[in-house]
Amino acid sequence: MKVLNPLRMERCIGCHSCSLACARLVHQRLSWDTAGIRIASSGGLSTGFEATTCLACNPAPCAAACPTGAYSQRKGGGVLVKKKLCLRCGACAKACPVEAIFLDLTGEPFVCIHCGQCVAFCPHDCLAMIGALEEEPATQEEAL
Amino acid sequence: MIRDHFRVLVVDLATGRGQVVTEDGRNEIAGGSGLAAKLFNKYGQAGESWSVAAQPFILAIGPLTGYFPLMSKTVCAFKSPYHDQYAESHGGGRSALALRFADLDALVITGKASRPSCLIVGSRTLELKETPYLWGQDVHAAGKMIRRMSGSSGHRSILRIGPAGEKASAMAGINVDTYRHFGRLGAGGVMGSKNLKAVVIQGDSIFPLRGDKEYSKLFQKVYQQVTHTEMMSKYHNLGTPINVAVLNKIKALPCRNLQQTSDLHIEGITGEKFAADTLLRNTACSGCPVGCIHIGFVREKFMEENQYIYRQVSYDHEPIFACGSMLGMTNAFSVLAIIDLAEKMGLDVMSAGVALAWATEAREKGLISNAETIVPLQFGEAEGYKEAMRHLALGTNEFYSLLSQGTIKAAERYGGKEFACVLGQEMAGYATGEVCFVSQAMGFRHSHLDAAGYSYDQARQDNDAPKAVNFLLKDEQERAFLTSMVSCLFARGVYSKELLAQCLHSLGYEYLADHINQVSQNIQKLRWQTRFATGYNPAHCEIPERFLEVTTWRGPVEKTFLENLKVSYQQAITGLGKGEPLAIKD
Repeated sequence: MKVLNPLRMERCIGCHSCSLACARLVHQRLSWDTAGIRIASSGGLSTGFEATTCLACNPAPCAAACPTGAYSQRKGGGVLVKKKLCLRCGACAKACPVEAIFLDLTGEPFVCIHCGQCVAFCPHDCLAMIGALEEEPATQEEAL
Repeated sequence: MIRDHFRVLVVDLATGRGQVVTEDGRNEIAGGSGLAAKLFNKYGQAGESWSVAAQPFILAIGPLTGYFPLMSKTVCAFKSPYHDQYAESHGGGRSALALRFADLDALVITGKASRPSCLIVGSRTLELKETPYLWGQDVHAAGKMIRRMSGSSGHRSILRIGPAGEKASAMAGINVDTYRHFGRLGAGGVMGSKNLKAVVIQGDSIFPLRGDKEYSKLFQKVYQQVTHTEMMSKYHNLGTPINVAVLNKIKALPCRNLQQTSDLHIEGITGEKFAADTLLRNTACSGCPVGCIHIGFVREKFMEENQYIYRQVSYDHEPIFACGSMLGMTNAFSVLAIIDLAEKMGLDVMSAGVALAWATEAREKGLISNAETIVPLQFGEAEGYKEAMRHLALGTNEFYSLLSQGTIKAAERYGGKEFACVLGQEMAGYATGEVCFVSQAMGFRHSHLDAAGYSYDQARQDNDAPKAVNFLLKDEQERAFLTSMVSCLFARGVYSKELLAQCLHSLGYEYLADHINQVSQNIQKLRWQTRFATGYNPAHCEIPERFLEVTTWRGPVEKTFLENLKVSYQQAITGLGKGEPLAIKD
């Protein structure tokens, strides 16, 4: 299964269209936070932008940390999330090494599900759905 | 949040406390420009000086902010240090989405802080921090420090002033998130007079969307239009600097204090040249996938053995005209170096460049000398202008102090009013002819973006003044609605009335969707009434002689047509100012 990879972030213009698309289409919210991909400057706006998103770990430490089984390992990397099973304990967010899981004020977790809906909303093709990590990433030609 | 009223945070800097106020009027004035005018009427003191502590400083967004692409601007409203009347300045960056996610339709700041301070607001935050250590810091240094002291990065907007704003200069702008500005009419001076070095807006709330798919489908349609059609390619590609060569070719580019309308050596500062040699990257306002912000660089050798520093500088047509062609510059890197200094000091780049162009000619004509300018100002010499930007921001002597209050103020003292390139404020980078000049000189914001006078000049086949004024005010009315949504005006070709109605409808603003014409009229009228109430008198409008000496591709400017335009425009807006409906012919 393919995973989301922000492989060309040096092209990012900081428009937040990806985050807004995820929040809108996946989570039915207007937000730049409740999204599986979130954009921030790398240390001020003169330094470009970074994406905070799931690295598609396999095994995923967030799934291992989840005490209720709301998180489970996704084939190809990343996790499947069943929110009905979630206690809002926040253990997933603590376990994530790259702070990819956003918790809202109620403790509801938001993490990338690698659905790829954000990709079409990046005007500079910073994002791509690629094969799982053991597969070949996009070629240089594709990146250009 | 979608609501039939406005949620406004009103902060008193004297106490550091605020109040969340519910305002009605959504169906009458929509938001943005309309809301700002309504709030000024409530909190402002029309007859008192701009510098009175109680005068409000207003930031307002609109019903579509954040919900659709390019709905990414904020309206900043205040009583202007430039003309002591009601004024608006528009800016982007992250400010609009930050206000949206701070769950505020508007922020109103009144009073004066007892010491230099920084205001931090968010959906769950209101804090006034005393920051005397930031006073005197330039825009970039202040931005970095505020970034550190306001906690984790998150999604926030940082508005700050530089030394020019601290001096309450009428040419001081507000820097928004490094590369955007509330530049014009002295917005930075208002913050300075309130001891307000910075405003940090944290966008930290989340809103549910309606369950139906209409909104998402419409978003997708608009997104496709702005990213996959030619409609916005001008702004994405070379950006507004594409205008430099175009205007030069038709003899409509102000050069050397408008002594010329074209320059033989323009190829050194065209949009094409900037892109080829100086462009590092593009960036965008939050919520805008177009990414029209073009960032170039300046590089300076500071030590032997090839030791360099570099800085990133955003550029557009207007800064290139003001700090380039108006100053006789023909090298793109030199232009960026001058812009960089103006930015750092917190000056409005357009006003500052045009003011120094006047000073250069005044020096050439012997009206002033080095005794006034401190550094030699000569067309084409960048070093003098870089130094002069510091003096202008700091008001180093009587000359610069006067000049920073407006070119006309300095010209009244030293002479040279006839060649001051001022149309209500220091001119914009279009010398297309009579309609453009009158539109700027008498328009609501004295901006070339009030109405497309520059386009009208290029297309018109006659000198029919009432017809031209009819166009200007109709166009202004439509733009007033856009700036109440609050759309970037670069998207005016995308957001037709029909599309705006669909957007409003998809969010549940049924009344606004069905009454765009009526609401547009309301907003236009309210803005003009507010301007008139604060002392605007169009009969006092003066267009300096220099504009009558201009020759464009069409030939010399026609004085009679220009005077007729002034009379027609005055009649039309005076009625508006009295609350009378505007008779516009379609």
